[in-house]
Amino acid sequence: MQGLVPTATDGNMATEFHNLQELRHSASLANKVFIQRDYSEGTTCKFQTKFPSELESRIERTLFEDTVKTLNNYYAEAEKIGGQSYLEGCLACATAYLIFLCMETRYEKVLKKIAKYIQEQNEKIYAPRGLLITDPIERGMRVIEISIYEDRGSSGSSSGSSSVSGSTAR
Amino acid sequence: MKNCEYQQIDPRALSVSPLSVQTHTEKKEHRPRRKWEVFPGKNRFFCDGRIIIARQSGVLPLTLGLIVVTCGLFFAFDCPFLVEHLTIFIPLIGGVLFVFVVTSLLRTSFTDPGILPRATPDEAADIERQIDTSGSSTYRPPPRTKEILINQQVVKLKYCFTCKMFRPPRTSHCSLCDNCVERFDHHCPWVGNCVGKRNYRYFYSFIISLSFLTSFIFGCVITHITLRSQATKGLVQAIQESPASVVELVICFFSIWSILGLSGFHTYLVASNLTTNEDIKGSWSSKRGADDSGNPYSYNSIITNCCVTLCGPMPPSLIDRRGFVPPDEAIPAASASEIELPPFTTKNDANMCTQSTKDVLERMIHSSSEFNGLCPPGTPKTTPLVLEVSSVAAPTAEPSPPAGCSHQHPRRPALCPPFDRSNKSDALHSINPAFRLASPSPSLSRSTLILGDAPDIGFNQLH
Repeated sequence: MQGLVPTATDGNMATEFHNLQELRHSASLANKVFIQRDYSEGTTCKFQTKFPSELESRIERTLFEDTVKTLNNYYAEAEKIGGQSYLEGCLACATAYLIFLCMETRYEKVLKKIAKYIQEQNEKIYAPRGLLITDPIERGMRVIEISIYEDRGSSGSSSGSSSVSGSTAR
Repeated sequence: MKNCEYQQIDPRALSVSPLSVQTHTEKKEHRPRRKWEVFPGKNRFFCDGRIIIARQSGVLPLTLGLIVVTCGLFFAFDCPFLVEHLTIFIPLIGGVLFVFVVTSLLRTSFTDPGILPRATPDEAADIERQIDTSGSSTYRPPPRTKEILINQQVVKLKYCFTCKMFRPPRTSHCSLCDNCVERFDHHCPWVGNCVGKRNYRYFYSFIISLSFLTSFIFGCVITHITLRSQATKGLVQAIQESPASVVELVICFFSIWSILGLSGFHTYLVASNLTTNEDIKGSWSSKRGADDSGNPYSYNSIITNCCVTLCGPMPPSLIDRRGFVPPDEAIPAASASEIELPPFTTKNDANMCTQSTKDVLERMIHSSSEFNGLCPPGTPKTTPLVLEVSSVAAPTAEPSPPAGCSHQHPRRPALCPPFDRSNKSDALHSINPAFRLASPSPSLSRSTLILGDAPDIGFNQLH
């Protein structure tokens, strides 16, 4: 069998992969939940921590709130106005903004961290529960989109798909 | 293509029609299209999406022309005399100011002002569902406003029928560009673009430096004519000797009034953290009388307001101009036929192909939302599955690919071949981590087989 990538050495990770594999083979997108922005403190990027009712049966409230709060903290860090951001702004202005050709802004650095965090959260927490978080940057920073996958799609089609995939493997 | 009237989104329609506004113009094409090519707003793009400008940029050449012509005349006709009689610093200062003005102007014109991408159909349907709780079958347009509290002050958020979302505070829809723009200030025809959150500082530095430039040239030309008329004992004679100076005088004289006025006005706006839009509409003026209707966004300190507006952190562009539109129809058709499996390690080389990791992932993200649409009973069911699982393979083989020029600014125009990608875009368009995980499991041979399958197809297909 070609195409083996034996990178999963850890037993836990293999279990997670297994979970995800099972999910992917038999899952179909059931619903999407959108966590809206919280504008109570102005236009800074912050998401509501209210726990949506659709997720009640899928994930614990505390885990969800932790994720959203951490994301909010990251965004607050990105948009923080203080000495460093002023310095960056003044330096950029002084160099006629050419400095951005070689340097990435602090916001971009934090966005990378956020992407990594979301990936990690998806791997560890959300995917095993049949959920998936989409990075808000993909949705214009308006919403956190959480896709809910059913454990089983319509039984006929899902078994059909697995049998096709099984036959090509053999 | 652009429908200005509101149409209710039928959730059932999501399953049969192309979902995203961005993909509705897409046909089965071999060449992957970038998102700027299917951008729904009225903007024009150059340099393969690196430069964005409004549709009507008619006056921008005039602005540039006036500045260049005036400065050219200044350097050609006034500077020699002034260098001789006064100092060499005059053309130097003039040169520096000229460079500042032109770079600020070009930056303002070609930067994304803070355009908000339109809501995905899923999002729009979700919003509709939330407000249409009565469940009546008769269509009713959603309420137009939503009230929220910002710093203990009531602010109304309006629903944008074009973009199908509630506009964030301080966002406004520009009818000329047909986009919602964050912190919308105004649409400036001289600059040929909207002025919003991302390019307001460039706009401000443009008008400030232009005021300095026009005042400087005005002063220098007056000095020049005065000195010359003293030397030649006559004003008329002086003017005859240097007619270009008169042209410059006239241009500068009329510009100074408007530019200085505009600079002063915008300095006031910056100091009180207002936008032109809000000021004109009187959103925060004391029209309610005794109510404490101050500006909820102000930091109540002039210096802080200035620093935040002009030196604050630079937010990224939310429209991904140079990303690829996921080719939804192309992949499923081809994936069923091939069964060849390249090892995963060779995917690094595969990245040199047209379809980059990011695109596969974007396809993944889009396809995951289109499963409903691609799943009529029968054989097509297999293709989404293959598609979905296949997209997993690509990212794992590409730990950190150089993914694509930044979609924010025209950063490295000369150094960016079409298939070169930067890491930034890769992070910004996050890898769908759940799918990323699924590929390297050796225990499930079925999945491995399928994983090896389609990405190769995808690459081939999209060459």
